[in-house]
Amino acid sequence: METTSVENSGVTRSDLPLRVINSTPEAIAKGKSRVKRSFRQIRTETVFRHTLTILGGLMVVLVLGIMLTLVVKSVPSIKALGIKYLWSSTWDPVHDIYGAAPFLVGTLVTSFLALIISIPFSLAVAIFLGEYYPKGWLPNFLKNAVELIAAVPSVIYGFWAVAVLVPIVRSLETHVGAQPIGNGILASSLILAVMVIPYAASLGRSMIQLTPSSLKEAAYGLGATRWEVIRRVILPYTKSGLFAGILLSLGRALGETMAVTMVIGNTSRMPTSIFDLGNTMASVIANEFVEADKPVYVSALMELGLVLFLVTVVINMIGKKIIDRFTND
Amino acid sequence: MELRSVKYRIAKNYGFKALVMIFAFACVIPLLFILFFIVSKGITQINWHFLTRIPKPVGESGGGIANALVGSVLIVLMAVVIAIPIGILGGIYLSENKKGRLAYWSRLCTDVLQGVPSIVIGIVAYFWIVKPFGFSALSGSIALAIMMLPIVVRSTEETLKLLPSSLQEAGFALGMPFHRVIFKVIVPVGTSGILSGVMLAVARISGETAPLLFTALGNNYLSWNIFGTMHSLPKLIYDYSTSAYDEWKNLAWGASFVLLLWVLLLNLLTKLITRKWKVQL
Amino acid sequence: MIMKKNWLSLRSTITIAALALGSMVTAFSLVSCGGGGGAATGGDSTAGNSDALLGAGSSFDYILFSKQFSQYNQANGLKVNYQSVGSGAGISQLTNKTVDFGASDAVMNGKQDSALSSPAIHIPVTAGAVALSYNLPGVKDTLNLTPDIIAGMYLGTITKWNDPKIAAANKGVKLPSNAILIAHRSDGSGTTNIFTTYLAKVSPDWNTKVGKGSAVNWPTGIGGKGSEGVSGTVKGTEGAIGYVEMSYAIQNKIPFARVQNKAGAFITPTIASVTAAANVQIPPDSKVSLTNTDAPDGYPISGFSWVIIYKEQNYNGRSLDRATKLLKLLSWMIHDGQQYSAALNYAPLSPAAVNVGDAILKTATYDGKPILP
Repeated sequence: METTSVENSGVTRSDLPLRVINSTPEAIAKGKSRVKRSFRQIRTETVFRHTLTILGGLMVVLVLGIMLTLVVKSVPSIKALGIKYLWSSTWDPVHDIYGAAPFLVGTLVTSFLALIISIPFSLAVAIFLGEYYPKGWLPNFLKNAVELIAAVPSVIYGFWAVAVLVPIVRSLETHVGAQPIGNGILASSLILAVMVIPYAASLGRSMIQLTPSSLKEAAYGLGATRWEVIRRVILPYTKSGLFAGILLSLGRALGETMAVTMVIGNTSRMPTSIFDLGNTMASVIANEFVEADKPVYVSALMELGLVLFLVTVVINMIGKKIIDRFTND
Repeated sequence: MELRSVKYRIAKNYGFKALVMIFAFACVIPLLFILFFIVSKGITQINWHFLTRIPKPVGESGGGIANALVGSVLIVLMAVVIAIPIGILGGIYLSENKKGRLAYWSRLCTDVLQGVPSIVIGIVAYFWIVKPFGFSALSGSIALAIMMLPIVVRSTEETLKLLPSSLQEAGFALGMPFHRVIFKVIVPVGTSGILSGVMLAVARISGETAPLLFTALGNNYLSWNIFGTMHSLPKLIYDYSTSAYDEWKNLAWGASFVLLLWVLLLNLLTKLITRKWKVQL
Repeated sequence: MIMKKNWLSLRSTITIAALALGSMVTAFSLVSCGGGGGAATGGDSTAGNSDALLGAGSSFDYILFSKQFSQYNQANGLKVNYQSVGSGAGISQLTNKTVDFGASDAVMNGKQDSALSSPAIHIPVTAGAVALSYNLPGVKDTLNLTPDIIAGMYLGTITKWNDPKIAAANKGVKLPSNAILIAHRSDGSGTTNIFTTYLAKVSPDWNTKVGKGSAVNWPTGIGGKGSEGVSGTVKGTEGAIGYVEMSYAIQNKIPFARVQNKAGAFITPTIASVTAAANVQIPPDSKVSLTNTDAPDGYPISGFSWVIIYKEQNYNGRSLDRATKLLKLLSWMIHDGQQYSAALNYAPLSPAAVNVGDAILKTATYDGKPILP
């Protein structure tokens, strides 16, 4: 919208010649007030437009502010510990030794394990809803159920995991012969897997529905079965879209805090097996932030927050870029 | 030879379909399990005392979740009040400016903000607000509002983008100023979409714990003071779920039930609105 | 048109808005940066809740405090909001001046002291025992544990319940072959401090490998949040053993062990044995550790718990009224408040400890003038 048309639209239009309108004193006064009113209107409009622009820019300010705070607060830790913070594996607040490696490993292992467990399920839901039954009451039920999985708050997942999942894992561990703790990497990966199913599933479904039907019909015309169409036409076509969905699920899994921290065991040691206890970056921040009393301690935790922020942002951005490119092709 | 091959392919086809269906519906099992568990354990806790008393000290029975309930309502309400005007206006800006440098960056940052883990927002809010001003429910609301913003902005933008431009242009042609076109023509038409976006955002933040851990902290008493610490349902569940006292664990079950019910209700309402008004979100 | 050139142009509005926002953001970050130890300018961080005091810290004390504060509220109308976030958090929040008082089972160490902007005083409010609670459903008798066994378990060198060392201390008890699951605190805790101070005293191995503190680098075990988390883990896991405040173990009806003290006797943690352990000379600043006591019937893993406040109460715009309320509360806690200790399995303060506490409270000042008469 150009400014000129807005400015013009507030001003009077009339079919009478100007000379007639502007000649009488009343008309002159009316005309003056109209012009005043329209100037006022234009001012309000401009203020409104500027407000919109400022609020639009607020998002940018917020994100920049968050990044700035994280970086500024991490500086003491970066200065004191340097880059080897990322691969040292001792986290000893008493002696002021900090190393993020156990938490990086914990985060990556739980997230990737959760992803691997959840992919078959998300993919199945996506194919089922996207290809087999796009409409109908049964798929509607499934779609709503899967969306519900995303709606349940994380702390409730954690609570349920503590009460139900951990004993199940414990008995599994007794059967397998590992130490029957229950908590640990395996349990948190399982609950994470349940929590991230909806993200890949819904994105995958939209991607699959975007496959041009001409491609599918050509395949059917050549005598392919449903399975073959899926395998050889749809999946290759939507490969990047599905990958983006998986990335989104990964991003979600990396940042998940509550359910993980209630189940993972909260130890600062490097985990050695999936039955072992561990910790993730988000969980360590949640546990130790309120009591970090030394500046380097606080700063080390902020540095973890910074790493978490950067990793999740990058993964989400890559996912979004892939989706954009896919939907614009 | 050919016949067998075709039969094999058809068998594989049905086999795959069965596999997909099994896996797809298997997803629902943990959800049903969880819902059943929470409902069965929680519903027995709900009674008038439960909703109107505060938790008792360890060893005494008969407590309730009143302070957490009131706290959650207040904190979420404040977050909504903060986030709605900013979010809707931001969404309007993005829908009015489809191209343009600021709009591009703003859209990017909205997506970035949506992906930021809630715990990171919590610690940032601690430094911005709690360090200078102390623990308060308001700081918790601000943290939650920051989490709500991307959802509200995005859904407003999507809703408004779907409206035909002829609506706007008709308004302008009649000589209406911009703000009036927006508030009297565009937004009323897009209300259902915007509303569903807001409700989804509220459902999401109602269950968030991590940002509240370092901002609103918690309060053992029923408090209406938004400048002081305040309890909330997710915090109560988090605190009491790992405790060893059965009374507290029961409170946590009841609170989980209430929270779940609230979130499910919001989601249901959103679905009804989108279905009734046929809005694409 | 003429509009674009005046003060209302988009560019100037944005510049003004950006400057305003930028200065706000800078102000925020400066304010929060410039307070590494909490020297934040601005209003009293705790004044938001003018009708309630805010305390945070030890979960060790939580059971006693929740009863005491509830009673004080009924008698006095003052609400005391106490958050059981762990001693470490209590100290750091006091340092940040976001709470009125902190509670800790460990006195502040040198580093924590130097982070304070003004000196703090410690007031002993109770004493308690750190019990070793365990979950062995098949074992009916109470276990005896020697310092060696406890250190071995927590160092990870003793891994099964039927280890010969444990059997030697518990003749006649049939021990299962389960693995030992260690539970410890995941948050900074004064209870951990008491426990690890004890271990450092009795096990040179522990002293060199791990040391003592509110949060240590545990060689083995699962972390629980708060004493609640540890007792929850123990109660829920067969073969688990964890250290918790005695009151938690009793309230949860989890069995706990007898520990061999310096004199060689196996002592059950009880109020009497804690009181015996606390029967020591208390220095004027009340900072004393009760672990590995010499007393012949004292429980060796005992400790005081302190409330910590700033000596000079006029900071961050706190009012005299608020400071007086706080001091009165603390004074009540060490006098009348002690009547609730025994029922909750905390040891009441000895008269000597109360006297020391009184003397310390009298040193609290507002603008240099003592608050309590």
